[in-house]
Amino acid sequence: MTDNPTNTAEGVDAPRRDFLLISTTTLGVAGVAMAAWPFIHSINPAKDVLALASTEVDLSAIEEGMAITVLWRGKPVFIRHRTAEEIKAAEDVDVADLRDPQSDADRVQKPQWLVAIGVCTHLGCIPAGQAIGDVKGEYDGWYCPCHGSHYDTSGRIRKGPAPFNLPIPPYTFTEESMIVIG
Amino acid sequence: MKRTQSSNRLVQWIDDRLPIFTYADHNVIAYPTPKNLNYWWNYGSLAGIILVIMLVTGIFLAMNYQPHADVAFASVERIVRDVNYGWLLRYLHTNGASMFFIVVYIHMFRGMYYGSYKAPRELLWMIGVTIYLIMMATAFMGYVLPWGQMSFWGATVITNLFSAFPWVGDYIVTWIWGGFSVDVPTINRFFVWHYLLPMVLVMVVVIHLWALHVHKSNNPLGIDIKTPQDMMPFHPFYTIKDLFGLGLFMIFFMYFVFFNPNFFGEPENYIPANPMVTPPHIVPEWYFLPFYAILRAVESKLGGVLLMFAGVLILYVLPWLDTSKVRSATYRPIYKQMFWIFFLNCIFLGYIGFHAPTDLLLGMEMLYWGQIATAYYFAHFLILMPLLGKFEKTKPLPNSIFEEVSKKCRAKED
Ligand code: HEM
Ligand code: FES
Repeated sequence: MTDNPTNTAEGVDAPRRDFLLISTTTLGVAGVAMAAWPFIHSINPAKDVLALASTEVDLSAIEEGMAITVLWRGKPVFIRHRTAEEIKAAEDVDVADLRDPQSDADRVQKPQWLVAIGVCTHLGCIPAGQAIGDVKGEYDGWYCPCHGSHYDTSGRIRKGPAPFNLPIPPYTFTEESMIVIG
Repeated sequence: MKRTQSSNRLVQWIDDRLPIFTYADHNVIAYPTPKNLNYWWNYGSLAGIILVIMLVTGIFLAMNYQPHADVAFASVERIVRDVNYGWLLRYLHTNGASMFFIVVYIHMFRGMYYGSYKAPRELLWMIGVTIYLIMMATAFMGYVLPWGQMSFWGATVITNLFSAFPWVGDYIVTWIWGGFSVDVPTINRFFVWHYLLPMVLVMVVVIHLWALHVHKSNNPLGIDIKTPQDMMPFHPFYTIKDLFGLGLFMIFFMYFVFFNPNFFGEPENYIPANPMVTPPHIVPEWYFLPFYAILRAVESKLGGVLLMFAGVLILYVLPWLDTSKVRSATYRPIYKQMFWIFFLNCIFLGYIGFHAPTDLLLGMEMLYWGQIATAYYFAHFLILMPLLGKFEKTKPLPNSIFEEVSKKCRAKED
């Protein structure tokens, strides 16, 4: 045993120290990385937030030509009872001309009901067009006042800066006129 | 000042402008440390690590905690049940508070045993006592946050201590509460303090270390560092020793977190706060029990409160109450006995604090045991410490740390 161990003494076995240093550091980094996960994950949506993630809606009170907005996961969902002309307008579009090509049939379960998330795919504003008297844009669907995006009666982007169609949330008909979103 | 030894150009460039590498080298790498430190010197770095754990878990808890009387309890339950790994964050934080006190108490008793509070380390010690005070305030207010029955009634009882002061007492209490009872404004402000004080704690710890690095660590022999041969560089010797100790301590800590998370807690605190019903037996957290016993030893409201504060504040003047020039108890045969009696007396005070004043021990009420133990507590500081220094016959001190360490090494080799 040396009487006076120091960092610079010749007695130091350098490769042994390097091995210890590298293995200790590696283990330490791995340990800290693993310990970090619970912290990072803790600010993801909690179980109660996920549990609230479905919304039930009764459609029977919505007359043809009318629309309602419901809240699902903190976001507005547009439900429009489309008229025959609106359905026809949506179906007659040549899909190849669209910015985000999608046929109307791919976006609805029953043609008279359009259910879409009412958040503009540009930067997140809520497009107008739900209420009677709202500006509905050049395609008679929705118009986003923030930067001028126009959506058609299928909720597809037709003009303006938004890149995608209004997304369709997952939903199922539990009864003739009852849906569960989420 | 010696510059960084690194040959890395970027390191040199930065160091030339902001000498953080030189600073690290001086304070944690080449930092000269007595060769003979034993494991009782691990607890300072442990306390620092726990402080960091408390800060990080606390900040993440705060992201889901809600400091409002109506929802605080439910928000803590939600943390445990619904938030991802919320149970882990909470149990790390709750048990971390107990670990923090265990570590700091050992750290303080170490200082008392080896006379680390004596010249030239009086300020270092006093800054430590300040840290302890801030810790107590932080822990008390943290305990109020889950808003269970113990939280609520603990807060009521402790804040009411201030009502003991004549004339102004009631006004002070109302001011602390922000109302006429512990209520919505109280929990809100306690949360603010509970978040703020640990940040203050970090700053005071930095000052603590600053003072430490002026005269360096004391050591088990309690004699001054004389030559460079008495010392070793901090890294790698003490970095490794501290890490090893941390590993062992973490096993202890994690046992509670994973297998016995409510060991230190009171079941009563899982009942939501009810301002209309006081639980039959209220006890503070274990780390306050000795002072709680002192509080109850006197049958006078103001007297008990003053004595309790005195019990903590007397630590500030310990460096002057102890008149002995010899630091380490190793060379003070009588003080060594007195130290252990004092230590046991503190444990005994805690035991008394845990029981109701009317409980019996060996046929005598706890109240009277509490009075005896309290009297001894103060006698230790006010009578024994000053007198021992005058009358104790101390053992001869070794010449140097180096000599003593070499002697031990040779004895081991033979
Ligand atoms: C510095 C040392 C600290 C100590 C000694 C301490 C102590 C405590 C204690 C005893 C509790 C009650 C635990 C329970 O019964 O569940 C608590 C709760 C809490 N603390 Fe701390 N704490 C510290 C630092 C912090 C920091 C830095 C933050 C945030 C920045 C924080 C945020 C919280 C929160 C949000 C709660 C309530 C959640 C719960 O009860 O689990 N703490 N603290
Ligand atoms: S957010 Fe709708 S157009 Fe920009």
